[in-house]
Amino acid sequence: MQTDKIRPVLLDLTGVDKSFGQVHALSGVSLSLHQGLCTGLVGHNGAGKSTLINVIAGFLPPSAGDVAFDGVGTLNLLSIDQRSALGIRCVLQELSLCPNLTVAENTQLLHRHLRGRGWRRKAADLIIAKLDDIFPGHGIAPHTELRRLPLGARQMVEIARAFTQTTTEVRLVILDEPTSSLDTQSSAQLLRYVRTFVEGGKNCLFVSHKMDEITSVTDEVVVLKDGRVVHQIETKDTSRAEIVSKMGSIDTDLRGASQKKTFGGKDSDGIALGLPAGPDIPPLSLRPGEVIGLAGLAGDGQTEALKSVLARYKRKCTFVAGDRATDGVFPLWSIKHNTSIGALHSLLSNGIIRSQSEAKLANDWKDKIGIRASGIDADLTSLSGGNQQKVLFARALASASDIVLMDDPTRGVDVGTKREIYQIIEAEAQTGRSFLWYSTEFDELTYCDRVLVFCQGKVAVVLEGAEINEQNVIAFSFGQKVSA
Amino acid sequence: MNTRFSIKSTVGSAPWIWSYAAAAVMALVTITFSRASGGLDLLTASMSFATFFALTGVAQLFVITLGPGNIDLSIPANINLSAAVAMQVMGGSDTMVLIGLLAAMAVGSLVGLGNYLLIALLKIPPIIATLASSFVVQSIAIAYAGGYRVQPPPGLKEFVRAKIGPVPLMALAAILITMCLAVLLHKTPFGRGITALGQNPTAARLANIAVERTRALTYALAATIAAFCGVLLAAFSGGSSLEMGNEYLLSSIAVVVIGGTAITGGRSFLSGVWGASFFLFLLITMLNALGASPGLRLMMMGIIICLVVFLASFRNAGIGQAVFAPLLKASRRPR
Repeated sequence: MQTDKIRPVLLDLTGVDKSFGQVHALSGVSLSLHQGLCTGLVGHNGAGKSTLINVIAGFLPPSAGDVAFDGVGTLNLLSIDQRSALGIRCVLQELSLCPNLTVAENTQLLHRHLRGRGWRRKAADLIIAKLDDIFPGHGIAPHTELRRLPLGARQMVEIARAFTQTTTEVRLVILDEPTSSLDTQSSAQLLRYVRTFVEGGKNCLFVSHKMDEITSVTDEVVVLKDGRVVHQIETKDTSRAEIVSKMGSIDTDLRGASQKKTFGGKDSDGIALGLPAGPDIPPLSLRPGEVIGLAGLAGDGQTEALKSVLARYKRKCTFVAGDRATDGVFPLWSIKHNTSIGALHSLLSNGIIRSQSEAKLANDWKDKIGIRASGIDADLTSLSGGNQQKVLFARALASASDIVLMDDPTRGVDVGTKREIYQIIEAEAQTGRSFLWYSTEFDELTYCDRVLVFCQGKVAVVLEGAEINEQNVIAFSFGQKVSA
Repeated sequence: MNTRFSIKSTVGSAPWIWSYAAAAVMALVTITFSRASGGLDLLTASMSFATFFALTGVAQLFVITLGPGNIDLSIPANINLSAAVAMQVMGGSDTMVLIGLLAAMAVGSLVGLGNYLLIALLKIPPIIATLASSFVVQSIAIAYAGGYRVQPPPGLKEFVRAKIGPVPLMALAAILITMCLAVLLHKTPFGRGITALGQNPTAARLANIAVERTRALTYALAATIAAFCGVLLAAFSGGSSLEMGNEYLLSSIAVVVIGGTAITGGRSFLSGVWGASFFLFLLITMLNALGASPGLRLMMMGIIICLVVFLASFRNAGIGQAVFAPLLKASRRPR
């Protein structure tokens, strides 16, 4: 920390809050970035990393607090373009380049003053020089349309573009999971470049889930948890294990650890899941009445796993969407029709759906899981989000399928409704239904008999009973190896 | 307050009512203009001609229900080919009527499957796939029929002209078929699948609906209905011709939308198709009664259909709501 005191502050956040409705994504974040350092930003799902970099880059205005930049003062009223002109550049996880424009044309978008005759050539020279600098041997032609490039090459262009410099000096580059679609060689090239960049007195804010990258490229590490900075330390003074432990809660009062019984069923009674798994994982199966949790970092293969099971067992499975609007809701239908769609075959007489049976089914489930609505003929979209989610549960449970696949089903649902949903799951498991439950919340995993922790698209470990705790889930989702 | 609210919500959930209101208004206007004493004749004629608008509309409705972008532009060519096949197979003989009808419907279902295959395998948008297939189908019709006009069998001809009182038998049969299709659409897993698919294909797939099979069967079903309509049309107009389907392209889409069905799919009213078909026929009759020349008539038709579809697109609520709802609102204001 001694050296930091000497270095001037480049970016200064004081008491930054950001809330979306009732959700506090950031609460009172104060953070100073000192010139010439690479700062690693780490945290588990929903810790607030994306919100924080969006606030710094100007995509989101903070609800409270101040973002100040060296020599400029507060940035709060400046647009993204104005911040870019100050030398703040941002590479977001979702690529922001225009697929229908060429590499050179995309570069010009960041450097609008390249105009007049030959602007394409100037832009091409600019981006190619930078690509050569960062990724020697990249093989990208400047006049290729972006969509014709493979994903990895697109990310290389996006990264290189952020570092290109014409009139104003680039001072801070925010990299959000920059290596997620780069191969090993390109990743190593990028990390080398970031080091030379910051040693030239510039700054990098480096967000990554890969601990190897964090420990090798950063000078200091900032750990976010529940929207707060919980830890800030020089990289050389810490260890991978310490960083990972800071991301979890110290509080281990988990319901499951005390109450969880060992699940009695036999593997032979279950269905084979056939999930991609690490080398030490035995073949996985889901037994009748069992609740298996899928954990790990968001987007590490859990949803794909659920969909592969659905594709494999079709009608034996039923799916509860977490992303309601995209995967679950039929917006023009009533509660009744939305509920019955999975169970129509049980309502037929002579091939025709009996109206009375359908109404009874919908009413029964409405009462059973407490859907608060004026009646089953009300439009589904007239309900609150939580009640819509309950209808999706009703749809799944009303079906004859024995296996319920749940894709983070309590996303955006209030606490009371969550409790009710947990009770429904427990009650249904008692009747012999099995659940495969992808969840991004630790608390929910304690309702599971077993938890599969995903890391980079594969099941990294199977946790059971008392092993199911936050520390284990975090450690394994960041790639810790199972100790022998 | 209460009654007003309930009226509003009833009409809101049944926008097809407006198509009947529009048809009734148009009937009054037509009778007034033509100063005709033959109200019953008008009923008979409108039911006969509305049958063709309605059956092609019903065919189009099934495809439109599948969701945004789904449409069948091959209906006219399909009518031309199927009718030609039916008339040739029947060869003017009453004993061959059923076989001819089945042959036409088989041709229709093949056209529909062809449409689906173009859309699904070659990933061509439906609007282009069905337009392209309509050229192929029309060419086959030309090559097959070779410009001959085969007379329909006398029994079939009699059937399509038969009446119970003022009501044509053919229209009753078509209404019965529409009711069966309404049961298929609203009360069977297959029909629910179509409607679910039209609202949210991803959710439909995740709800274990056989998405591709549903799509294929729907295109085939629609084309089969159109082929059936082609046979009736040929019998009604004294033999098949190679252009007789052509006027049913725009009308098939217009009656679906005027009938309150969402053009973006997922919400469909078969009953509205009939109200809209009456409206459309009466509109044409009125233009005739006003002595409009064929050119002017076609132009007016085009303008009015565009206008109606435009108005109907407001809140997917059918022509009536767009036209009458503001009037209702205005009439309430004094309170």
